[in-house]
Amino acid sequence: MEPLAPALAIVGGLLIGTAAALLLLLTGRIAGVSGMAATAFGLERGGAPRSQAAGFILGLSVGAALIILFVRAPDMVVTSSVPLLIAAGLLVGFGTRLGNGCTSGHGVCGMARLSPRSIAATATFMMSAAATVFIIRHLIGS
Amino acid sequence: MRNFLPGLIVGIVFGTGLALSDMVNPARVQAFLDIAGAWDATLAYVMGAALLPSAVAYLLRPHMARPLLGERFFVPDDRTLDRPLLLGTAMFGIGWGLVGFCPGPAIAGLVLGAWQPWLFVAAMLGGMALHHLYLASGSTLLNAEG
Repeated sequence: MEPLAPALAIVGGLLIGTAAALLLLLTGRIAGVSGMAATAFGLERGGAPRSQAAGFILGLSVGAALIILFVRAPDMVVTSSVPLLIAAGLLVGFGTRLGNGCTSGHGVCGMARLSPRSIAATATFMMSAAATVFIIRHLIGS
Repeated sequence: MRNFLPGLIVGIVFGTGLALSDMVNPARVQAFLDIAGAWDATLAYVMGAALLPSAVAYLLRPHMARPLLGERFFVPDDRTLDRPLLLGTAMFGIGWGLVGFCPGPAIAGLVLGAWQPWLFVAAMLGGMALHHLYLASGSTLLNAEG
């Protein structure tokens, strides 16, 4: 895989962080995608207003579509099988609710405010994800 | 509309960032996580850059009486590292590593024309529903005391 130009990664990251900043300063809420998705689908109590969560989730796909239409079409290479996609989806869905967040809520929002829970959470999911990739690619896969 | 529009606009900005930075491509995310393989630094740039505006907002927050469009801030002040947090985020990491999708990129990636993110997102909502049922059951199996 070709490396992505760091400028694209940095501009993309700044946009993600700007979205998180906007949501906090406009509505007072944390831009956590897993919590917003659960709220939008009625699977979370006490979160953002449901219409705000639904708008946010819809916006993610609209934003990606705008980039595809007007800037560049990102590659999407998925080699995972159907059972693996289902197992991973179940783990991500259950785990992000049990752990109160994912890459956005803990990683981008929580770490930015130096929350001890989010720093521990980000370290935990980074390590368990890296260990998982190591096992499937270098221990089982080879 | 008062809630929907701010949500939509913020979601759009977030989604453009995910697509522009290639985070919607699970192969690139897994390459970042593959520290013993052909390592890809993209996710580190993305997360590092994302933390800057986010941190500025959290620094501004104490100087604001309330958010511009809301009544109050909803930022958790819980500081305890409990078992659900560590168990949940470890489970999330395993799923993320298995296929390279986390919630934001998978949802943004629904429009890329591949079927895989649709299946992943459906399973993810299934996992969230299972957690909802787990909470409703009143079980303490996964709690600190469990």
